[in-house]
Amino acid sequence: MEKIEVELLSLIENNSNLEIEKIAKMIDRSEEETRELIRKLEEEKAILGYSAVIDWSKVHNYEGVTAMIDVKVQPARGVGFDKVAERIYRFPEVKAVYLMSGAYDLSVSIEARTMLEIGKFVSEKLSVLDSVLSTTTHFVLKKYKHDGIIFDNDNDDKRIVVSP
Amino acid sequence: MTSFVSQRIQELKPSGIRRFFDLASQMENVISLGVGEPDFVTPWNVIEASYHSLEQGYTAYTANAGLIELREEVSKYLKNQYEAVYQPQNEVIITVGASQAIDIALRAVLNPGDEVVVVAPSFVSYAPAVELAGGVPVMLYTDPDDKFKLRPDQLENVITKKTKAIMICSPNNPTGTVLSRDELIAISEVIEKYNLLVLSDEIYAELTYDEEYSSFASLPGVKERTILISGFSKAFAMTGWRLGYAAGPQDIIAAMTKIHQYTIMCAPTMAQYGALEALRNGKKAVQDMKKSYKQRRNFVVKTFNEIGLSCDMPGGAFYVFPSIRETGLSSDEFAEQLLKEEKVAVVPGNVFGENGEGHIRCSYAASLQQLDLALKKIEKFIGKRI
Repeated sequence: MEKIEVELLSLIENNSNLEIEKIAKMIDRSEEETRELIRKLEEEKAILGYSAVIDWSKVHNYEGVTAMIDVKVQPARGVGFDKVAERIYRFPEVKAVYLMSGAYDLSVSIEARTMLEIGKFVSEKLSVLDSVLSTTTHFVLKKYKHDGIIFDNDNDDKRIVVSP
Repeated sequence: MTSFVSQRIQELKPSGIRRFFDLASQMENVISLGVGEPDFVTPWNVIEASYHSLEQGYTAYTANAGLIELREEVSKYLKNQYEAVYQPQNEVIITVGASQAIDIALRAVLNPGDEVVVVAPSFVSYAPAVELAGGVPVMLYTDPDDKFKLRPDQLENVITKKTKAIMICSPNNPTGTVLSRDELIAISEVIEKYNLLVLSDEIYAELTYDEEYSSFASLPGVKERTILISGFSKAFAMTGWRLGYAAGPQDIIAAMTKIHQYTIMCAPTMAQYGALEALRNGKKAVQDMKKSYKQRRNFVVKTFNEIGLSCDMPGGAFYVFPSIRETGLSSDEFAEQLLKEEKVAVVPGNVFGENGEGHIRCSYAASLQQLDLALKKIEKFIGKRI
């Protein structure tokens, strides 16, 4: 991958909302070239989507519960952990699935409206899968930082207005 | 009652920035492009190292010249980054910001009436610092149409029998102009010919975007007549820590240490431990900030040119110095009217020397959102005047 593409990707990763016009100026390319670069990176699936990090606790009636579930799995012949991982990540309430080294195999992040909903997901959908040997559910009590973004960050510019 | 204030201080002109700061600070919700410091906070590992030093009980004085470990790291850093070789034991001193290094360097070398060439536009403190040290600043006005580059013949023209030193800042505050190695070599020939000392302010050296930075002290035969001044404020986003350093010939550093010892004693200990961490493990943070500054520089320069204010692409620092001549306003009028009408603070170019007239200094050490908004407001402002 070219240096300019990496620069463009890190710009978009930090702010997927950036307008083409601004990106073009920042990376010193024309708007047309920039649009073409983005199209190519999307086609190569280097860019998979554009999302925002939302602090839902700030939105009335939208607060939810997040849980991290450690899952021990019996890998299947020929496909290892991939098949069971797919069966898990296809559930819409599942936000992330990672294959882990260490005490357990899969780390599953799930979001729901209530603890009860998470309990139902674990007992009715996750634990009943053939390959799943055990689960341990950890509830998130408070989000401090997510995807590199600090929640409740004091971003105020503390500098004086004019300085030497 | 007569004033007790000394005549020298009474005659010292107040900084033009001060007047503008007073004006801007009375207003609310100002978007500031007037700030000469990074908008990033100090890298966390540096803050952590400073906390840790306090926890460990390092709250006493250090050696006058600074922690020897820090001077050793400064020496390594100067050698690795800029091929400038200095002995940590006697050729490096840790100071309270680069500003104090400038002050004690001038006081260490000037006799009353000695002339110091100040290459302008320049940082507002240079000429007053020369005066405070009993010297006479001689302003050398570089040409805006030559991208404010210092040319050897211009230097030769202002040298007299009283000229002792020249102060150079590259990358420059406020123009962002960077002198290439070849340009420095050409200037150094004049400096050697007239046996001058160089105060080389290299505080923005890390923030050079398009070509590799050359330090004056790395030129053959020049190190012996150079005081290299730098610090942690700009590259490591540590302005409030007030930590700088100077490297130079042993006798000058000893003289500077003597003044430092009788006035400051030593730089703050916890800041020195923070700086130690910055040099040992701060490279990645510097590179990340530099990358961001470069992107913002590109954005700001291109936008200024699009909206009708001609602006050169500066090679370093985090300032642009666009021309405002098209508006027919003086730089003071432009900055004041812009502040009052659009609540955008920029610094009038004339405060950096008379050849800065017709320009404004805009810092792009601000978030992209703020830069974008400020530029839209400047566009609206000049739309009424061009």
